[in-house]
Amino acid sequence: MTDPLFEFLCRMGDNTLVLGHRVSEWCGVAPVLEEDIALANTALDLIGQTTLWLNLAGEVEGKSRDADALAFRRDVWEFRNVLLVEQPNGDFGQTMMRQFLFDLWHKGMLTALQDSSHDQIAAIAEKSLKEVTYHLERTTDTVIGLGDGTDESHARMQKALDRLYPFVGEMFVADDVDGAMVAHGIAPDPAHLRPEFDATLDEVLSNATLVKPDSEFAHKGGKSGQRHSEHLGHMLSQMQWLQRAYPDATW
Amino acid sequence: MYAQMIKSTGKGVKSLDEMEPEERAFQERINAGGKIEPKDWMPDGYRKTLIRQIGQHAHSEIVGQLPEGNWITRAPTLERKAILLAKVQDEAGHGLYLYCAAETLGVSRDQLTRDLLSGKMKYSSIFNYPTLTWADMGAVGWLVDGAAIMNQVPLQRTSYGPYARAMVRICKEESFHQRQGFDIMMKMANGTEAQRKMAQDALNRFWYPSLMMFGPSDKDSVHSAQSMAWKIKMNTNDELRQKFVDQTAPQAAYLGLTIPDEHLEWNEERGHYDFSEPDWDEFFDVLQGNGPCSVDRMEARNKAWDEGRWVREGLLAHAEKKRARKMAAE
Repeated sequence: MTDPLFEFLCRMGDNTLVLGHRVSEWCGVAPVLEEDIALANTALDLIGQTTLWLNLAGEVEGKSRDADALAFRRDVWEFRNVLLVEQPNGDFGQTMMRQFLFDLWHKGMLTALQDSSHDQIAAIAEKSLKEVTYHLERTTDTVIGLGDGTDESHARMQKALDRLYPFVGEMFVADDVDGAMVAHGIAPDPAHLRPEFDATLDEVLSNATLVKPDSEFAHKGGKSGQRHSEHLGHMLSQMQWLQRAYPDATW
Repeated sequence: MYAQMIKSTGKGVKSLDEMEPEERAFQERINAGGKIEPKDWMPDGYRKTLIRQIGQHAHSEIVGQLPEGNWITRAPTLERKAILLAKVQDEAGHGLYLYCAAETLGVSRDQLTRDLLSGKMKYSSIFNYPTLTWADMGAVGWLVDGAAIMNQVPLQRTSYGPYARAMVRICKEESFHQRQGFDIMMKMANGTEAQRKMAQDALNRFWYPSLMMFGPSDKDSVHSAQSMAWKIKMNTNDELRQKFVDQTAPQAAYLGLTIPDEHLEWNEERGHYDFSEPDWDEFFDVLQGNGPCSVDRMEARNKAWDEGRWVREGLLAHAEKKRARKMAAE
C-alpha cells in the first residue's frame, strides 16, 4: 500500500485542485459581476490550498515531485478527489449546490484538522479554514436565496440537489487510509463528521424550502481512485495539456 | 484606458467669454485643476461624454475577461493559474468601480449592460482578437495592459472626481498586470525553441492591435479638443501611441524579440522611435463588429446574461420575501 499520509494529502489537495478548476471555468460568464468576482475568489483560495497540500504530499513522498508535478503529471487513476467535485458545473444552481455541499464537509474536516498531531497539516487547516468559513457563508446564503426565490430558481435548486446528493456519502466513508490517519492522530474519522453535517444541511435545506432526497445511496470510487467519473479525464486533458505537450518547458 | 473614438458635443470648444456664467465657473474650476463631483452643476455634454467614455471603459473590462479567461483552465502551473485568476478578478472589479462611477452621472449599470449587449455601446477593439497560445497571456499583459496604463495614468488627474479616484485604484493593479505579462514573456523568450516561437508569434499578432488601442490620430478632432478642454482626455492619441512605442521597443529588444515593423527605428533628431501606423481599415472593420472574435465575445456576454436571468430574479424575489416577512413580524 502507498504511504497513507501521502494518500491522505493527495485527497485533500486533489479535492481543492479539481473543484478550484471547475469553479475557474466560470470566469467571465457568471450571472452578475459580483458573482464573477466571488467565483474567481473561491477558485483562487482553492488553488492556493492545493499548492499547500500537494507540496506537502510531494515532500512526504520524497520523490522530488512538487505540487505542479502532482497536479499536471498524474493521470485519472492517480487522482484522489471525491466524485462530487469533479461533477460538471451545470447551471449556476448546480455549481452553487456542489460548492455548498463540499464547503459544509470541508469546514468540518478543516476544523478537526486544526488539532492534527501533524504540525504542517494543522497549520494548513488553520489557514484554509478562514477562507472556507467564508465560502460556506456565501454558498449557504445563495442556496437559501435561490431555493426560496422564484418558482424557477426553486425548481433548479431542487434538481441540483437531487443530482448531487448521491455524491455526498462518499465524503464520509472511512477506509484504511482514514484508519491509519485516525491511529496517528493526524485526521478525524470522516464518519464522525456526518452528524454535524446533517444537522446544518437539514437546517439550510429547510430555510431554502428544498427537500433532501429519500435515498442515501452513495456513489464511491473517487477518493480511493478506483473509479472516477468520465468527467475527470476531460478536465485533466484540458488542465494538463501544456505540461504534457511541452514536457521540457518551464513556465 | 480602453475608450476609443468617444464622441463629445461635436461642436468647437467655446472660449470662456462665450460661456454663460454657470458654465464659465465650471470651466474655470477645471482649468484651475479642481474636481467636479456628482452633485455639482455640469454641462449636459460633459455628462453624456463621460457616460460614454466610462461606460466603454467598464464594458472593456468586462469583455476583457474573456480572452484571458480562455486560458485559465489551461494555465501551465498552479502559480500561473492563480495569477491569471487574480488578474481576471481584478478586471471584474475594475468594471464594478467604473459602473459605479458611471452611476454617479445618472445612468444605471443595468442600462449600460443592455446597451453593451444590444451592440449600442462599444468596448475596446483589442478584445476582439483571439488568444491562441500561452504566450498570448504574456503579450496581453505586456502590450495591452501596457497600452492601457499609458492612458490611465494621466486619467488619475481627470476632472471628474469619481472617475479620477477609480483610476487611482485601477492603475495600481494594472501595473502589476503588466509586470506579470512581461514575466511570462521573459520565460517564453528564454525558454525552449517552441516557447520562443510562441512569444514571437504573440508579438506579431498583438503589436498592431495594441497600437490601435489609442485610436486613430485625433489631432484635428473637435471631439478630442472638447474632451481635452474638459480634462476627461489628457493627451492626444498620437502622443500616447508614441510614448507606448518608445517604452516598448527597448523591452522587445531586451526580450530578443522582433517588433513586426521594418520601419521601426530610433530617430535621434526627434528623440523618439519612428514606426508604421497600423492598418486603420482593419480597425474600423473591428469597430463595425468584424473583428476576429467580435461575434464570439458578444455571444458569450449575451449567453451569460440570458442564462443568469433566473439567478438574478431568484435572488431578488428572495430578498423581497425576506423584507416582507420582516415587516410582517414588526
